[in-house]
Amino acid sequence: MSASSPSARNSLPPALREPVLVRAALIAVGLAFLALFVLVPVAAVFTQALEKGSLAYVRAVLQPEVRAAMWLTLLCAAVAVPLNVAFGVAAAWAIARYEFPGKQLLNALIDLPFSVSPVISGLSLSLLFGAQGIFGPWLGAHGLKVVFAVPGIVLATTFVTFPFVAKEVLPILQAQSRDQEEAALTLGARGWQMFLRVTLPRIKWAVLYGVILCNARAMGEFGAVSVVSGHIRGRTNTLPLQVEILYNEYDFAGAFAVASMLTLLALVTLAAKKLLALRAREVQP
Amino acid sequence: MKAADAAVRRLTRRRGILPGFRLTFGFTVLYLSLVVLLPLGALVLRSTQLSWTQFAAAVSGPRAMAAYRLSFFASLLGALINLVFGSVLAWVLTRYRFPGKALADALVDLPFALPTAVAGIALTAVYAENGVHVAFAPAGVVVALTFVGLPFVVRTLQPVLLDLDPAMEEAAAVLGAGRLRVLARVIAPAMLPTLLTGFALSFARALGEYGSVVFISGNMPLKTEIVPLLIFTRLEQYDVGGATAIAVVMLAGSFALLLGIHAIGMVGRRRPARSQVVA
Repeated sequence: MSASSPSARNSLPPALREPVLVRAALIAVGLAFLALFVLVPVAAVFTQALEKGSLAYVRAVLQPEVRAAMWLTLLCAAVAVPLNVAFGVAAAWAIARYEFPGKQLLNALIDLPFSVSPVISGLSLSLLFGAQGIFGPWLGAHGLKVVFAVPGIVLATTFVTFPFVAKEVLPILQAQSRDQEEAALTLGARGWQMFLRVTLPRIKWAVLYGVILCNARAMGEFGAVSVVSGHIRGRTNTLPLQVEILYNEYDFAGAFAVASMLTLLALVTLAAKKLLALRAREVQP
Repeated sequence: MKAADAAVRRLTRRRGILPGFRLTFGFTVLYLSLVVLLPLGALVLRSTQLSWTQFAAAVSGPRAMAAYRLSFFASLLGALINLVFGSVLAWVLTRYRFPGKALADALVDLPFALPTAVAGIALTAVYAENGVHVAFAPAGVVVALTFVGLPFVVRTLQPVLLDLDPAMEEAAAVLGAGRLRVLARVIAPAMLPTLLTGFALSFARALGEYGSVVFISGNMPLKTEIVPLLIFTRLEQYDVGGATAIAVVMLAGSFALLLGIHAIGMVGRRRPARSQVVA
């Protein structure tokens, strides 16, 4: 994914290079843009979080409500990520390895959650499972609660993270021919053996890549979750929602302390992405 | 023997010998239907229960019109800013060598990885407290939308810039074209579909954004209220019909945009319309 320049670029003849001043100016403009919109805000998260000292920071992070939000966030990811991995691999296999009518449509529909505003995803779920929703009366009669409860939050998370794994695995599987899999079958492998021994080793980096992106979004989702959460303290708040609550109560140090945890998660995600990209290049040059 | 051969050939022509079609296809369709199509279907169904006058009233009130206008123009401006500076950044990251380049390249992805709520409060802290009058104004909305769309132009351009054949530039240079002329006549035309795709992806992402905007905008009706926020507000006021109507209009808008992006990709032919990144 990263596009660091190959060494060939540095040996370009002078006619294909810009003057030094122009180059310096372009680098300055590009980096200033990046700093202004990305670096400075991220640095601000940490300075704001530590403004009242590290003791206040630790106290803010260990509040019972924050801990409850942390568990709920982990639960969301623990459900959404495996489900979307199973779906992503299955969908990629079906689309990459077979011809069937409606394949283009299926391919397009998988991307759908990316083009829907998170708020609309949340609204759709509450139209389905809310008190006045289609399944609302039935759920109510059976004492089940989806919207303004944990199941709704998990569902919203699953919806918004739906395409990640499929999108990463599909192009890899499409780029590989089916020869090796067919060879395994001819040699007497069963379907599962073929999948575990031949297919999986060749797509594992793509799956892992998808898992990392899917997980980051699952833990950070705000809009969709916000619509179906109901904001019940200590019960239906994920970490991003907890950030909003603390912020709206003018507990800025607390809000930024929680935000700093999510920022660390984002930075770890980026580092893991970078490592995986390097690794993938080593394995398949 | 011959009959068996023919049967095998027929089978392999249809599905190949690889197993698992029924299982994977069935699971894919079932899961897609349950998780994505069912909820969106409920949205469309609910909107059909509104009468035309109800629908029109919900969709075209002054507050809704102001929200469309703000969402459209703020997203457009954000995408334009990203188009200009994102192009510079992509160029610099693919063509030049400088200290900190790897870090800069990694930072480009941050708007994807950072939860939008965190981005929202961070941008507010930076741009509200330093005397810059951006927060609680339409300009704040533009700042937030620029942030969320930032990676799209850069990540769409990078692979194409890398693939660009230097021979074309060499030929132009040999024929006497200056660097500026090469840029305008050789590089820019080759990059045009990609630029458009990156711009449209950034614009589409900005239209639906909610989390980062609500903190910085102040959320004043008619002034700094974006469409997703209006949908949310209507829902919280128990005006489910109104929320649904506006959501359907917005959904139609995003699909039209998606088709547009796809069409650009078709024109660009060699490149798929999809960016190399995940939204």
